[in-house]
Amino acid sequence: MRAGGARVGVDELLAAHRALRAVDAADRDSAYFALRAALCSRREDLAVFDAAFEAGFAQQAPAQPVPEPLADVASLVLPRAGVPQRETVVDVEADVVPAAWSDVELLRDKDFADYTEEERRLVRGIMGSLARRGPERPSRRTRASHRRGAQPHASRPDLRRTVRASLRHGGEPFERHWRERGERQRPLVFVCDVSGSMEPYARLLLQYMQACVAARRRVEAFVFGTRLTRVTRELRGRDPDRALERASTAAADWSGGTRIGEALATLNREHGRRLGRGAVVVLLSDGWDRGDPDELAEEMARLRRCARRLVWLNPLKAHPDYEPLTRGMRAALPHVDDFLAGNSLASLEQLARVLEGGLASADRGNPAREGDG
Amino acid sequence: MQFENPEAFREALAGQRYLADRGLATSVYLAAELGQPLLLEGEAGVGKTEVAKALAAAAGARLIRLQCHEGIDVHHALYDWDYARQLLHLRAGDETPLYSERFLLRRPLLQALEADEPVVLLIDEVDRSDDEFEAFLLEFLSDFQVSIPELGTVGAKRRPLVVVTSNRTRELHDALKRRCLYHWIDYPTPAREAEIVHARLPGVADQVAERVCRAVARLRGEELYKLPGVGETIAWTQALLALDDADLEETLGVALKVREDIERVRERGVLEGV
Repeated sequence: MRAGGARVGVDELLAAHRALRAVDAADRDSAYFALRAALCSRREDLAVFDAAFEAGFAQQAPAQPVPEPLADVASLVLPRAGVPQRETVVDVEADVVPAAWSDVELLRDKDFADYTEEERRLVRGIMGSLARRGPERPSRRTRASHRRGAQPHASRPDLRRTVRASLRHGGEPFERHWRERGERQRPLVFVCDVSGSMEPYARLLLQYMQACVAARRRVEAFVFGTRLTRVTRELRGRDPDRALERASTAAADWSGGTRIGEALATLNREHGRRLGRGAVVVLLSDGWDRGDPDELAEEMARLRRCARRLVWLNPLKAHPDYEPLTRGMRAALPHVDDFLAGNSLASLEQLARVLEGGLASADRGNPAREGDG
Repeated sequence: MQFENPEAFREALAGQRYLADRGLATSVYLAAELGQPLLLEGEAGVGKTEVAKALAAAAGARLIRLQCHEGIDVHHALYDWDYARQLLHLRAGDETPLYSERFLLRRPLLQALEADEPVVLLIDEVDRSDDEFEAFLLEFLSDFQVSIPELGTVGAKRRPLVVVTSNRTRELHDALKRRCLYHWIDYPTPAREAEIVHARLPGVADQVAERVCRAVARLRGEELYKLPGVGETIAWTQALLALDDADLEETLGVALKVREDIERVRERGVLEGV
């Protein structure tokens, strides 16, 4: 950019660094806009920045269409050195990206089990932004709206504002105002397996749960090994490290055996009210169960009847050869709405999409469910 | 309110056929004495709402009830304007101001503030409302004073005794809890429950009441999805009376409302020998 005539000093560089950390830097568009906000100070800088971003990160910048390749004639006329070699450029775009725009981007597909302590801290921001995405539903609280809604019953007359407005017209309600339903966050319930076999994943999944508890309103978090512990209160608070520490102290059977069925039974009986109807329940477990599969199936069925949607995240599913053969997994799958991997940031992103209702039935857990339900 | 000690309160409540234990009587007494709201939590059917009703009757106060629901807002809870009359008034060309007491609709909270007589204000199932409303309640409960933009500030003529109930479908905000006295109402012991049945259904044979209470106590000891409340105990006794002392298992549907629970109880013979 300096070569292009823009004034970029050390301050701007530092700002850029901070900006990248503040946004989801693995998302190219976010990185683009964050950097642009930090590095450009005049309108003229924008074009220079676009060119520099393009050169630096080698993919099409969103604000600027790809320049048309030079016509054959032009390439003959212009001097050789000035013409990009078209074939090689295409190759580069398809295979390697010369510079990643952040460390986080490299972590996107990395398995949680291979994370270092440093990397765990690094993904905190991105988990925070993932955690803000979640299910919503129409609220019964209304808000003022400008127009009458398209569908009937979509809005109701706002008598309060209509009467106010009619004062201007001698009591004739010419100007009409409306109210429409708002959106509310749907309750979200996490139930995380922290038994021995889940150990490599539990920490990061718990970190994600912590981010959700911090970011959303109605989130409940439970962990279980042989018995169920509620950790919602422990996970609250500003400092994520201390929250995680509190949660691990609260869960006594950290890294022990697994009894999913019993844990779910406790959940259904003692916390059934907290779940509330209409919650989305997310189970995080590898399905290695030492309990009774019949009990597991029964409790899963119960849970599914109460919940709006039941999602199972199994880190083992990321393996291409994985088949749900364990007894527990086989018993549980027929009752699951969505069966996802949950071993990497990419899979958590997928979860966020499912929670938002974007992935309607593309990754439905089991076709057998259609048969029995 | 004019009670000397918790024991006097307990007796007054018993006079209204509400049998409170020592803990509850003390909490209610303190709420009245300190002028602080009382937050009651407990399983469904342990008589949270009944406390407020009995309390009002015992103290000779007026009971004003605000039933919370999702989406409840200031206009449901505090005040609203009578828009239809306002519009008619405007078209009639009358000179009196549009936003005057004449067109004010008083909702429960405002009624409680403006009442001249002693009032028990019951804010029922507060967990059903949303966070915004909870924040408003917090303000209301801290100084018993609200402002209506068109009219000005309205303060309480005398502090109402406030009873807030929650079913714990969600955790209430800590700030709201801090403002209140808290009491958790547990299931009564079989002996006390038998007393309650007697108080509610005068003339029931001891033997029937005790039998039902023993059965209910056993059910509550099981791992069931939905445990029977005191209301169910009373209904069960009534059912047995109506059927002239029928079999407990036959009438299980009065006490348990989940199919799996009924099956489990029958399978395991929980009620055998009661």
